[in-house]
Amino acid sequence: MPRLLFEKMGNAVWISHLDLMRVFQRAFRRAGIAIYHSQGYSPRAHVSMALPLPVGTESQCELLDFAFAEGAQLPLESLPARLNAVLPAGIRVLSAWEGGKKLKELTYLDASLTLQYDHGLPAGAGEKILAFFQSGQPVIVPKRTKTGQTQLDIQPMIQAVSILGCWETTLQLQCRVCAQNPSLNPMLLPEALRLHRPELAPDFAKARRLEILDSSGAQFR
Amino acid sequence: MTDLLQRLLPTVQKPARYTGGEYNQIVKPLEEVDVRVAFCFPDTYELGMSNLGMRILYGVMNQLPGVWCERVFAPWGDMEEAMKANNLPLWALESQDPVKDFDLIAFTIGYEMCYANVVNMLKLSGVPIHSRDRQGLNQLVFAGGVCAYNPEPLADFVDFFSLGEGEESTVEILTLYRKAKQAGWSKGEFLTAAGRIPGVYVPSFYRHTYHPDGTLAAIIPQDGAPQVVTKRIVEDLDGAYFPVKTIVPSTEIVHDRSNLEVFRGCIRGCRFCQAGFSCRPVREKSPEVLYRQAVESLKDSGNHELTLASLSTSDYRGLKALTDALIPDCQAHKVNLSVPSLRADNFSRELMEKLQTVRKSGLTFAPEAGTQRLRDVINKNLTEEEILDTCARAFSGGWNNVKLYFMLGLPTETDEDVLGIAQLVQKVIRTWQNHAANKKRGLRVHVATAFFVPKPFTPFQWEKQLPPEEYLRRTRLLKDAMRSRAVEYNWHAPDLSRLEAALARGDRRLGAVIEWAVDHGARLDGWDEYFQYGTWLNAFAACGLDPAFYTTRGYGEEELLPWQTISVGVSKDFLLRERHRAYAGQVTPDCRQGCAGCGANRLLKEGTCHA
Repeated sequence: MPRLLFEKMGNAVWISHLDLMRVFQRAFRRAGIAIYHSQGYSPRAHVSMALPLPVGTESQCELLDFAFAEGAQLPLESLPARLNAVLPAGIRVLSAWEGGKKLKELTYLDASLTLQYDHGLPAGAGEKILAFFQSGQPVIVPKRTKTGQTQLDIQPMIQAVSILGCWETTLQLQCRVCAQNPSLNPMLLPEALRLHRPELAPDFAKARRLEILDSSGAQFR
Repeated sequence: MTDLLQRLLPTVQKPARYTGGEYNQIVKPLEEVDVRVAFCFPDTYELGMSNLGMRILYGVMNQLPGVWCERVFAPWGDMEEAMKANNLPLWALESQDPVKDFDLIAFTIGYEMCYANVVNMLKLSGVPIHSRDRQGLNQLVFAGGVCAYNPEPLADFVDFFSLGEGEESTVEILTLYRKAKQAGWSKGEFLTAAGRIPGVYVPSFYRHTYHPDGTLAAIIPQDGAPQVVTKRIVEDLDGAYFPVKTIVPSTEIVHDRSNLEVFRGCIRGCRFCQAGFSCRPVREKSPEVLYRQAVESLKDSGNHELTLASLSTSDYRGLKALTDALIPDCQAHKVNLSVPSLRADNFSRELMEKLQTVRKSGLTFAPEAGTQRLRDVINKNLTEEEILDTCARAFSGGWNNVKLYFMLGLPTETDEDVLGIAQLVQKVIRTWQNHAANKKRGLRVHVATAFFVPKPFTPFQWEKQLPPEEYLRRTRLLKDAMRSRAVEYNWHAPDLSRLEAALARGDRRLGAVIEWAVDHGARLDGWDEYFQYGTWLNAFAACGLDPAFYTTRGYGEEELLPWQTISVGVSKDFLLRERHRAYAGQVTPDCRQGCAGCGANRLLKEGTCHA
């Protein structure tokens, strides 16, 4: 099954996961790439994406699997250019290949977090935040589930946190978190600060997925 | 995008509708632009992006060199609160620039319940809502759409109206505007010149006076303004601009598909239907042009659904030729072809079977009235036999779901007509019992009644609307008469329809009512979540007006009507004649069986209608 690597940046980050599937289904048609459709009364183009990306989060490492319609194979190296000509701004296919790793081997996710403090960084913010997440103590955040709210300890899902950069009003962190079973939305880190260390909580935070990895920490493709 | 908007977007529902950036949106370099238009749809993105008229005019305006037309939609309540809390003015999607910085602010208004949104969007933009308070040549507000045919309730807010189809007149308006801007005209100079463009109505050029009883006494044109402004039409639809390259939303909208308009106007003449009269004369597009536009639209958008739209698609002469050409293409490319507004005739039945849409989209009839007598009064040429024949055929094809739409409160309606609905439903049930291929699954009959709203430019424009209590009594009468478990009955609440009636036939004094209502929180009235009937009643009271004046009172045939300055082509004499025929229970044959002399042919250059 062919696989695409694509990025989702800029205004495109506001497109939801379900809408993004529709965006790709239409883009394939526009690009003249016939893809396999589900059978039945109302055939749908079959595309699947590895880890649904939360709305508002940027990513440079999204995966999309699809299948060509019978007899409609195209050289994979032609796909990025064909699709990029017809995709909305912010979504860009970076590469395409056959025989990607099994999705269940996808284990970790590297993300950057940009924390903005409108009135300047609190003194020692970077170190204090690292200490908070590395203390080994439970970090409880409420999580919405189908049946209501539960309390979730995100501490075991955080593999590593480090400081990428530090400016007058901005702190940039990098974290490695569990990608599946269960997955952790990196935006829960600033949420945890808001709940447990409000003096370190930013006024605004945004996240970007940087890389996806297998259980050995190698790049997942 | 501003940092502020970036921060607000994560806090609102469906943020993608506020960002623009969709495939095919038009962005022009500012140094090449000298006229900027903020094209506002006074409702949500999902509705506005489904509007074919807006898509056409967006293309028309952006085809003009130097003109950049951008889209603006009404924010949902959560975004509106966030904007207010952060002093963020309403912006246009393409550039993200504030609406208040634009030269022209255009609205397309298709529904009376959007009037509050028009005023609210101006307020959210930080643009003075009253025409008289906007002195410069910038921030000129103009409006079109079917509601512009009675422009008076919005006369205080809108500088000028563009009546009828805008493919050609919008170009004339923008060309004049560019000239005015380059020459440094005043707003008054521009409006005077614009008023000479056929189809442009400038409300401030007319003074309305009233009798002590509140009826209109006189409409006095000022400074040589025309007595009557006639709507514009496009005569040759094949040659008219039609966008095959249109914006493909990145988020789901209401009509998420390619849309083709097969013809404009309607040959039918149902006497309650505003579109049926105000869109005349009938003009068709050729199947060849439509086929080409279908193929190009689908290819460019990647849509997998195509709709053939019109007021009554079965009446399109080229329907067979067009669908014969389209069906193989659509099947090959897995495109779902949908043809709504089909009549229950033989060809349509065959077509529905070919499209296999019966099973999916369901079988829907709009008999509008329960007895043949009342259907004759409203000139709805749909017989019980046609309904039951089509049902029998569908039921024997294994199909077990039918929707029936009616109106209550139609002129001359009696309890017998109301109960006639129940009898018709009973016959549908019996037809199912006699023809159903599989009775195990049971039958569902969905019955819905709307509350009749008399509209301008229909033969019923003078009619009284029922008092809401009486409408509700009739819904109860009907409900009690439909005891079968197969029936599900829904009726519209009368509040919205009463307000719609008041605004539809409203005069200039309603401007104050709309303003008061918006100041007290009215917005998104078409949405149950937001509609506040009480606010509107208070608004009427605060302005010393009574909704009953515009609804249950009815208008006299001799009375001066607020929309009398406007002509849609159909003559007032014809509408009166049709009204009298309605009361006599006489049907008027459709335009193809014989010209009834509506007058819309005069809008055509040669004066002959090709219905």
